[in-house]
Amino acid sequence: MSLIVRNLSVDHGAIRAINNLSFIVEKRRLTAVIGANGAGKSTLLRTLSGLIPASEGKASWGEHNLLKGKAEQHVRNGVSHVSEGKSVIPELTVEENLDLGALWRRNKKEADVTKKYVLELFPRLGERLKQRGDTLSGGERQMLAIARALMSKPQLLLLDEPSLGLAPLVIEQIFQTIRDIANSSDLTVLLVEQNAMGALKIADIGVVLNLGNIVAIGPSADLIADPAIRAAYLGY
Amino acid sequence: MEKLISASLIGLSQGAIFALMALALVLVFRSTRVVNFAQAGQAMVSTYIGWEVVTRTENYWIALPAAALAGALLAAIIETFLMRPLAKRASHGAIAPVASIIASLGVLGVLHSGAAMIWTSEQKLFLSPVSVNGIEIGSTVYPFSQADILIISTVIIVMSTFAFFFQRTSLGLSLRAAAFQPEISRLAGVKVDRVRTIGWALSGAAGAIVGVLVTPGNYLSPFSLDILLVYGFVAAVIGGLESPQGAALGGLILGMSLSFTSIYVSSGLTFIVPFVVLLLILIVKPKGIFGGGSSRNA
Ligand SMILES: Nc1ncnc2c1ncn2[C@@H]1O[C@H](COP(=O)(O)OP(=O)(O)OP(=O)(O)O)[C@@H](O)[C@H]1O
Ligand SMILES: [Mg+2]
Repeated sequence: MSLIVRNLSVDHGAIRAINNLSFIVEKRRLTAVIGANGAGKSTLLRTLSGLIPASEGKASWGEHNLLKGKAEQHVRNGVSHVSEGKSVIPELTVEENLDLGALWRRNKKEADVTKKYVLELFPRLGERLKQRGDTLSGGERQMLAIARALMSKPQLLLLDEPSLGLAPLVIEQIFQTIRDIANSSDLTVLLVEQNAMGALKIADIGVVLNLGNIVAIGPSADLIADPAIRAAYLGY
Repeated sequence: MEKLISASLIGLSQGAIFALMALALVLVFRSTRVVNFAQAGQAMVSTYIGWEVVTRTENYWIALPAAALAGALLAAIIETFLMRPLAKRASHGAIAPVASIIASLGVLGVLHSGAAMIWTSEQKLFLSPVSVNGIEIGSTVYPFSQADILIISTVIIVMSTFAFFFQRTSLGLSLRAAAFQPEISRLAGVKVDRVRTIGWALSGAAGAIVGVLVTPGNYLSPFSLDILLVYGFVAAVIGGLESPQGAALGGLILGMSLSFTSIYVSSGLTFIVPFVVLLLILIVKPKGIFGGGSSRNA
């Protein structure tokens, strides 16, 4: 199974946010998509998870056409999306936020197993199950958002700027956790980041987006070593 | 002392009615952001269904669930075939928040004239299953009847059932999540459109129960429940417009204020009291008692 994006274009009214994009993400790879503000990173993820329609092109995950059907159907097909800005419901408790991700699953026993796994991954959440989402720190909220996505037992995980607004130490922790999740499961991860260096360091593959176009793609180590990329995106 | 007891009991009974009406309005508003003026009409039509059942079977206890079911169905139809397409088309610009209000007023008009055509405007008598006369204790007759006890206990049962459903069941969790954050809920796999229809259906059932509770002892006409819309909205706004607990508390506050002013001051004040109470509460808590959670996105 792999994520195949072919000639994908997405428009917001008159603005073309994604322009004729093509790339493939192999199964179990962690791919980082980096680029400046407005590069089209969130638009790409929102299209893949069924939140917004594409204008042209194709996108599929295994046999599933990602440009067809609603977001709630995509989850059932193994695609989980953690949207930009701590995608947690503040009015619900931590446990309710978690459970929400597995409500659609028929097999409650399996869902319980997933919950146990997720709580082992994020023990801090386990200590705060009855607290409301909005009482969590920024880092904890981001963990909860990822944990909620994992509760759907995804095969393809779409993460939109998990480092947004977090302290450097917490960012490092989150990135490490993402790498660990990718290593220890069957998960394929598409990680969108403005923190280009952090993301490339943990990723297998890097994709550099600029104004809706791919300007570079390749093994992340190569991108880190590329002087042009370093100057433009890594800041040194 | 007698006055105090009477005022409290009447306040409780009226408050229960306002609370349930407020809950009906809150359920729709929190899940779809629609200020639903049609609620009074939906409750009225459902009550006519209940009246049809009760005149045929002479059994109130069949009429009550039948009306609730009719109310749920009617609300689901309105949401699916009118409000949802409307929300998708008129989602941007100045008309977005107003379109649904105008549509709900339109539905109210249609229900009024539809009911008048089917059942005529002539008032119908709705038989009460229990006595509607004041309860006598010793030599005093309290302005409080078995029907009031029925109202209070039914509302308590209905509201606790709702509370249990929302807090303790999976579907309840979906409903709350979809109301708070539809996008995140979608991403988590909640079928938001379906859940919204269920929210409307529950609201329709609650409104129908209001109609079948208040009408016995009174007359039923196509306009007889309209006044409850005003009280229901005031109670809902007092409670913050988004919170079921707020609706309950708002209804109680309004019911008590009305009964106390009409017993202790003058019954001529009943039209002013709701707005004075609303104003006082909004001055102290501008977002209502349970209002003002977090920001939302659609
Ligand atoms: N809902 C929208 N309506 C109109 N334009 C939009 C909308 N969402 C995004 N855009 C535009 O599309 C382009 C790409 O936006 P997008 O959010 O995908 O960028 P991004 O790479 O995620 O940026 P950031 O790093 O700041 O999150 C931008 O020019 C943006 O202004
Ligand atoms: Mg973005």
